[in-house]
Amino acid sequence: MKQILDFEKPVVELREKIAELKRLTKESDMDLNDEIATLETRLEKLEEDVYDRLRPWDRVQMARHPERPTTLDYIDCLFTDFLEMHGDRLYGDDEAIVSGIGKYKGEPVTIIGHQRGKDTKENIRRNFGMPHPEGYRKALRLMKQADKFNRPIICFIDTKGAYPGKAAEERGQSEAIARNLVEMAGLSVPIICIVIGEGGSGGALALGVGDHIHMLENSTYSVISPEGAAALLWKDSNQAQSAAETMKITSYDLKQLHVIDQVIPEIRGGAHRDVKQQADHIDHVLESSMAELQALSKEDRLEKRWEKYKQIGDYTQLDL
Amino acid sequence: MLKDFFSKKKKYAPMPSKEAKQDIPAGLMQKCPGCGKIYYRKELKRNMQVCPHCDHHSQMNAYERIESLFDPDSFEEWDAGMISTNPLNFPDYEMKLEKDRKKSGLNEAVVTGKAEMEGLPTGFAIMDARFRMGSMGSVVGEKIANAVEESRKQKLPFIILTASGGARMQEGVLSLMQMTKTSVAIQRHHAEGGLFISIMTHPTTGGVSASFASIGDYNLAEPGALIGFAGRRIIEQTIREKLPDDFQTSEFLLKHGQLDQVVHRHDLHKVLHTILDIHQSGGDSS
Repeated sequence: MKQILDFEKPVVELREKIAELKRLTKESDMDLNDEIATLETRLEKLEEDVYDRLRPWDRVQMARHPERPTTLDYIDCLFTDFLEMHGDRLYGDDEAIVSGIGKYKGEPVTIIGHQRGKDTKENIRRNFGMPHPEGYRKALRLMKQADKFNRPIICFIDTKGAYPGKAAEERGQSEAIARNLVEMAGLSVPIICIVIGEGGSGGALALGVGDHIHMLENSTYSVISPEGAAALLWKDSNQAQSAAETMKITSYDLKQLHVIDQVIPEIRGGAHRDVKQQADHIDHVLESSMAELQALSKEDRLEKRWEKYKQIGDYTQLDL
Repeated sequence: MLKDFFSKKKKYAPMPSKEAKQDIPAGLMQKCPGCGKIYYRKELKRNMQVCPHCDHHSQMNAYERIESLFDPDSFEEWDAGMISTNPLNFPDYEMKLEKDRKKSGLNEAVVTGKAEMEGLPTGFAIMDARFRMGSMGSVVGEKIANAVEESRKQKLPFIILTASGGARMQEGVLSLMQMTKTSVAIQRHHAEGGLFISIMTHPTTGGVSASFASIGDYNLAEPGALIGFAGRRIIEQTIREKLPDDFQTSEFLLKHGQLDQVVHRHDLHKVLHTILDIHQSGGDSS
């Protein structure tokens, strides 16, 4: 059963009503075609109202939709010859991150992404897409290998955050994230990062130091979850909706703040409506991104990477 | 009487009256958060905010640090007038910044610059937890990145003393991206053979712990400092068990292989100088 989000209930109800009328027309002699046509016009208008004017909180719900396509779904659609590679060679294999090699339009690439599950069983296996240090170290191992063999790296970002657990701290969660940031900064191959769901803080960033960062329209990227922000700043986690607005976490917000390069449009109603069609939208942006980055020399890429991140932020100077 | 000294009867100090309390000028005395003993503020300052009784390391402010670590008059400050804006129009943020500027006398939560340690020059950044809990927003990120970059250009080592609750919530994702900005700067310094020493002091958590603090060529920490990625309460809620008392302390990190050394504050100058000295011959040929 498709999960329905609160804000899209009117759309779904109307759609069901139309289906019901169509069934009646078919099964009985009643001619309801006029009514159906009217309702269909109304549905179109309603869909526009609902989906084209999503509030930040609606997008948070979309980004967290249980059926939202994951890294592995997009890997299936976008790459050929994908081979998954496991383990960090130090401690274990963290299934909250998938990584491997494959081809993008015939060219070798390394692909890495957070991986959540779509049901409880898979979520337990994937730790709800919240990595431990070994996940980040596996990712780094694959990235350094990509650098060695001169393969571009494509990262899919989709996590609530790095796992806040005892074992994670003991094994150096901070160091694992920090190491990825500083090492990614120095890789000479093109790195393209695409936020496909939730971009949760440092846990997302650890796969996020790219030459280009793109976001699916209904994905989010933030320093803290709206619930966390509300609890921390207003001591009231029920204020998550307003925190979602205040914290500026949508793709359009991040574009405006000059943090990301492109917003990848989503099909109406969300990426989960049609993975293939959504993958086409990603493909379009990925292809031009790749061409642009591969045209640059290694030195230019590194210099541009520095300039990209150096300009993020806002400050002013006092007259001293 | 002499026998009073051997009596097991507990003696209680008389409580000073309210009037007597008011006779003591505010701020003259300071209580050790570790053991509760009360000291003259000046006495603790002279001892680098280390309790003579229990060895608790209380927070030092950035200028006390500079005075305790570097040669007199060798300090040159960078980006001193850089201040935060309110990029997300976050409610009450400007007011909070203004309040902390008044309270601390600082313009932001980090002081950066260049100084000498027994004649050996170094670039540095010292965070100050009195300003917005040392949290990292655009200014902290920019100042640290500039200081690392300037150290690279001048072929200087870079030393950072961290004291921070993590990313600054009021600047949202811009704060998060300062983790990247500082990391790219450190990578550039590193690529040219630059030395980077990180000294974690109480507290070093969240986004600061998960970026520059943890990736020094040498990672040092002061005794008893709180260092970690996720908050203790969040972890306890997640795993539904009580964490040991020493969880996320410097000593805990040392035990788990995350630190090179835990260094007593009184020894910090000597240890840092030794590291700088050892690296002198390997780096700049001049």
